[in-house]
Amino acid sequence: MTFEQIIFYLFSAVLVTAAVGMVTVRNPVYAALCLILSFFTSAALWLLLEAEFLGIVLVLVYVGAVMVLFLFVIMMLDLNLDPLKEGFARYAPVGFLVAAVIAVEMIMVLQSGPFQTTTPAAAAPANNTEALGAILYTDYVYPFEIAAVILVVAIIAAIVLTLRRRPDARKQDISQQVQVRREDRVRLVKMKAETKEQA
Amino acid sequence: MVEFLNNLLTAFLPDWLALLVMIVLKIVAIVLPLILLVAYATYAERKIIGYMQVRLGPNRVGFKGLLQPFADMFKLIFKEIVVPEKSNRFLFLIAPLLAMGPAFAAWAVIPFSDGMVLADVNAGLLFLLALTSLGVYGVIIAGWASNSKYAQLSALRIGAQMVSYEIAMGFALVGVLMASGSLNLGDIVRAQSGSIFSWFVWPLFGLFLVYFISGVAETNRAPFDVAEGESEIVAGFHVEYSGMAFSIFFLAEYANMWLISALTSLMFLGGWLSPFQGLTFLTDTPVIGLLFGDGIHWLLLKASFFMLLFFWFRATFPRYRYDQIMRLGWKVLIPVTLVWIFGEGLAIALGWTPWL
Amino acid sequence: MGFNLKHYVKSFSLRELMQGMGVTGKYFFGRKLTIQYPEEKTPISNRFRGHHALRRYPNGEERCIACKLCEAVCPALAITIDLEERPDGTRRTTRYDIDMFKCIYCGFCEEACPVDAIVETNIFEYHFENRGENIQTKEKLLAVGDKHEAEIARMKAADAPYR
Repeated sequence: MTFEQIIFYLFSAVLVTAAVGMVTVRNPVYAALCLILSFFTSAALWLLLEAEFLGIVLVLVYVGAVMVLFLFVIMMLDLNLDPLKEGFARYAPVGFLVAAVIAVEMIMVLQSGPFQTTTPAAAAPANNTEALGAILYTDYVYPFEIAAVILVVAIIAAIVLTLRRRPDARKQDISQQVQVRREDRVRLVKMKAETKEQA
Repeated sequence: MVEFLNNLLTAFLPDWLALLVMIVLKIVAIVLPLILLVAYATYAERKIIGYMQVRLGPNRVGFKGLLQPFADMFKLIFKEIVVPEKSNRFLFLIAPLLAMGPAFAAWAVIPFSDGMVLADVNAGLLFLLALTSLGVYGVIIAGWASNSKYAQLSALRIGAQMVSYEIAMGFALVGVLMASGSLNLGDIVRAQSGSIFSWFVWPLFGLFLVYFISGVAETNRAPFDVAEGESEIVAGFHVEYSGMAFSIFFLAEYANMWLISALTSLMFLGGWLSPFQGLTFLTDTPVIGLLFGDGIHWLLLKASFFMLLFFWFRATFPRYRYDQIMRLGWKVLIPVTLVWIFGEGLAIALGWTPWL
Repeated sequence: MGFNLKHYVKSFSLRELMQGMGVTGKYFFGRKLTIQYPEEKTPISNRFRGHHALRRYPNGEERCIACKLCEAVCPALAITIDLEERPDGTRRTTRYDIDMFKCIYCGFCEEACPVDAIVETNIFEYHFENRGENIQTKEKLLAVGDKHEAEIARMKAADAPYR
């Protein structure tokens, strides 16, 4: 067994354990942390495959941003899991059915098409970030741009859906606050000094 | 020397073990000086801020207080690590390590001088972005595991803040990436060679400012230190920590500051390149040529300058309000970077090579 | 408010931030005001109210006549006095305790004293190492007075014109 293989099996073991832990652990925060660990180890596996761009982007996007927000929500909400688990037995058959369908689909996908090749189509270029970028912005520029537009639409939709205009809420407009000048707030008034009789 | 060690190791050990030992030795060679730098950064901070506040700062332990970091370290080592009873013990203890790990791991791809780098990876820039985004976990987990309201509040603040400023930071680096045409940090620095005027700080001045400001925000330093915010939430995520666990958070914070300083110098100020590059009468003279030529000392000098800025900011600026931080990140820094990148793209497309 | 060009130029040039850093940068090189405490000390007022002392007359007789005015005026109830008549017919204390933890160093005892017996000295560097040492007994207070009589007398004399 080579050094790389040892590392591979090590990471795979961690990945499988973390993935199993993610669905079995009771504490939702632990579950989220398990998910983070499995993301991280799968990124490491990708690095072993010399797919450094994919691996690092997985860490950057999922571990670095998405899961932070996940953890955020889980920590903020005091989740009570009991009501969620009530219907487990009732829905279990449906769940297994869906799982079976997904499994069959995965097998079908893996059995056919581009995954069938046993050897890499071409030796991976030294810098696959550059290669990926070149392909994304030439051959696949339309799908790429469309995906980007869909994402933007989704962002805007999310904002619009959650936007509540509350006229009664008091807000601070920071850009107005920082633009305030002395003349807007302070008025210098010239007054005659009071004499003793007036006081 | 590296060659010699390598030969020595391969003579006695199997290949893979020799490789492993070699890597570990290199890591130690980076981490030990780094820890020393961190220790003296705390001393420098106290001294500099003291001087700016018309005080003397630490001056009792050793000559001019130079042994103060060690005194602090020994004190912290011998202190008890108090684990709150209702805290989540495992996560509570692992959180400082999670904060420290990325702060140190990121140094793997930093080129200290031409070829002096632990891992010369192609996607070094992405690696750095990924690792700096990991630093937030230590803090969030610390905040949650402490089972304290202040720590929790701080964790929420820092989480949102770091995720927000990462975007501005990433965009600023995109500008560097476009200018240099490489993700490898060594290549980025080499792209800036020539003279002091080919450093990226001139054409990318806006991005440089944005990068450093978001760097300050990423490391939770004043004026963006709402996560610590002594006046509001006591000490933030590390209220419940004591002894070594607390000092590891500190270590991580200062290591991150050094990292940001080193990165700013690498990306915008030509890293190890000497500002006197091109002035051959200086660089080619035998003795002073070493001093004025390229080398690790320039990187150290530039990084130290940014550390000074960190401290200077802390001595000068009052803390931002939280909503102001968010506004600055999203409504000022990100649009600035976007506009700048657009302009840069235009410049590249039009082929204005001297200025990109 | 509209588009305020001047404001944007000012804020994007970071002028105000630079100004602020200029101020701190200037003080970086300024003269430092730190007093290196154990070696250097700030001058102490003649009216300083520190550790208490009981004084004696030049002939060695203790001044305190156990009138209990200080005990009465003490707002923190820190003073406890017991008294006894001596064979020669003078009133003197048998016990004069000041609880230094209760004392708020207001100086009322000194003001109330008709014979200038209890005074507050300028001693502020003292500490207790055992429980109970916070109760300063008559003997201890007299000892302090004996030790620092010259200094106490000098301070009182210097402050006299302003009273």
